[in-house]
Amino acid sequence: MNKKVLYFIRNKTIHFILLMIAVAIFNFILIDLSPIDPVNIYLQQSSVSEAQRAALEQYWGVGQPITTKIWNWLINLLQGNLGTSLIYRVPVSQVIIEKFEASVVLMLLSWLISGLIGFFLGVVAGKNRDSWIDKIIKIYCYILQSAPSFWIGLLILIIFGVELGWFPIGLGVPIGTMESNVTIWQWLARLVLPVLTLSLVGVAPIAMYTRNELVEVLSSDYVLFAKARGEFGWPLIERQALRNILLPALTLQFLSFSELFGGAVLVEQVFSYPGIGQTAVAAGLQSDVPLLLGIVLVSAVFVFVGNLIADILYYFVDPRTKENESFDV
Amino acid sequence: MFKNKKNNKPWFLYHANLRVKTLFIIIVASLILISIFLSNFFINPNTALTTDFSNINQAPSFEHIFGTDWMGRDMFVRTILGLGISIGVGAFASVISTIIAIILGSLSSVNSVADEFVASVIDLFGSIPHILLIILISISCGGGFYGVILGVGLTHWTPLARVLRAEIKKIKTTEFIKLSEQLGKSKWWIIKKHIFPLVISQIIVGVILMFPHAIMHEASISFLGFGLSPHEPAIGIILAEAMGYLSTGAWWLAFYPGLSLLFIVLLFDLIGENVHKLLNPQTTNT
Repeated sequence: MNKKVLYFIRNKTIHFILLMIAVAIFNFILIDLSPIDPVNIYLQQSSVSEAQRAALEQYWGVGQPITTKIWNWLINLLQGNLGTSLIYRVPVSQVIIEKFEASVVLMLLSWLISGLIGFFLGVVAGKNRDSWIDKIIKIYCYILQSAPSFWIGLLILIIFGVELGWFPIGLGVPIGTMESNVTIWQWLARLVLPVLTLSLVGVAPIAMYTRNELVEVLSSDYVLFAKARGEFGWPLIERQALRNILLPALTLQFLSFSELFGGAVLVEQVFSYPGIGQTAVAAGLQSDVPLLLGIVLVSAVFVFVGNLIADILYYFVDPRTKENESFDV
Repeated sequence: MFKNKKNNKPWFLYHANLRVKTLFIIIVASLILISIFLSNFFINPNTALTTDFSNINQAPSFEHIFGTDWMGRDMFVRTILGLGISIGVGAFASVISTIIAIILGSLSSVNSVADEFVASVIDLFGSIPHILLIILISISCGGGFYGVILGVGLTHWTPLARVLRAEIKKIKTTEFIKLSEQLGKSKWWIIKKHIFPLVISQIIVGVILMFPHAIMHEASISFLGFGLSPHEPAIGIILAEAMGYLSTGAWWLAFYPGLSLLFIVLLFDLIGENVHKLLNPQTTNT
């Protein structure tokens, strides 16, 4: 058992390091291919002397071969130095930490809500297979999976923000207040609609998956046997099926970190929520190369963590894999 | 109910078998999509989208069924033009992605080093959130229209490549492949004669199901403001523009274009599902 854990940790660490290096180099090459001139963006059309310009070009590595540039950037990266953001004029790591905090609250809340509601809907649909409630849930999931998430965000904004007027439209903080003076309630009010949107969109895959798993479990022999013994209704689901489908559903939910991040980018843009997604878009539109590279790296770590937790669940928590493993050794 | 109307023409579908129904659905859905795409060439944006300031921000009516925007342009025409662009981008992106997926899928069957390489490339593309990846690629191509097309096209091959890789691995363990190898057939011959005919149906279904993803990502990316210039009537740009007019209560600017996009996506899903039914009849009735 201990050996297995050690192997797991070793393999995952090697995988993580290789993946990060690959992501870093890949992104760097992609950005380097672009016709963006970092010096011009840094200067933003202000006039400088030739000597200052040359110094800046030296700093940004204009004209150096790409291998040298990648090497310098990787060395800086290892020291935790991601460079300075061109639009915020502060170190990239500082921007990312600040914005990521806001996004993590948004993503975590919608992750939890969509997971719980999705699992519940999936169980209800699977239990009442082919009934009207199953059909409604299926249609709902089908449409939600196909609809663009930013459009759902716009609709929610129209309904709750404009027509009903319950929530403020746009802007991370109310006009006239400093960002540091926002009360917790004002801040929560801004959080409700983005969380609602992301949760609504995130419900679909988990509900469909849970439904199909439950239908499969319910057609198994041991459920048939349980029915023959006289079990029925919720107790049957609770005792025979729930544990079987809970773990795969949880695994799937952890594997969805990538889509969660992508959804957050769009939803933050719709609701002007000051998180990492909006920052990434701003960085991309204004060619803030160091910030964009930093955000991509952080997002890759985020996705990796999700996959890692899913793997841990699969290998160490699932009692069935434990048993199989002991036979193999 | 229709038993005594058996030969009544309009109801022939009611008694038709599943195959005819499936074909009918595919043909109707494709015709709708093709006509939307072709209308792009027949509608002249300069005459159809005249700015009419006496007619701005009209709510939907029989004259303008999707309403009019802040410049008095008819939203229905703009939406149709936008959908045409989306279908075009989707088609182009699917072609690029399919070619990449086929190349990588066949590469993985060459030897274990190539297979490992393909697996790690798929892993690399899967490790970055899709939207960020498209943003990165479109920036590296210099942005603009081609940036978006390439960004969408170069990132949608991973699911198909993964399926092809697994499928080819499975096929390669079969006995007729082993036999061909024993008979001294070349690798290319085996791919062409044994593997390709078995995976072609998966490729076709994969391509059709790639469309909606590509269209959605194109819309998302232009919604965020990358690529397509603001005067192109792409759906993403229409929706981004509509955001500025939501607070004035102009809900139709956002509602109908998005709904049409959803409709297009659902049509593609429908076609994909039915083509899958036609090509793999054994899995249909389970």
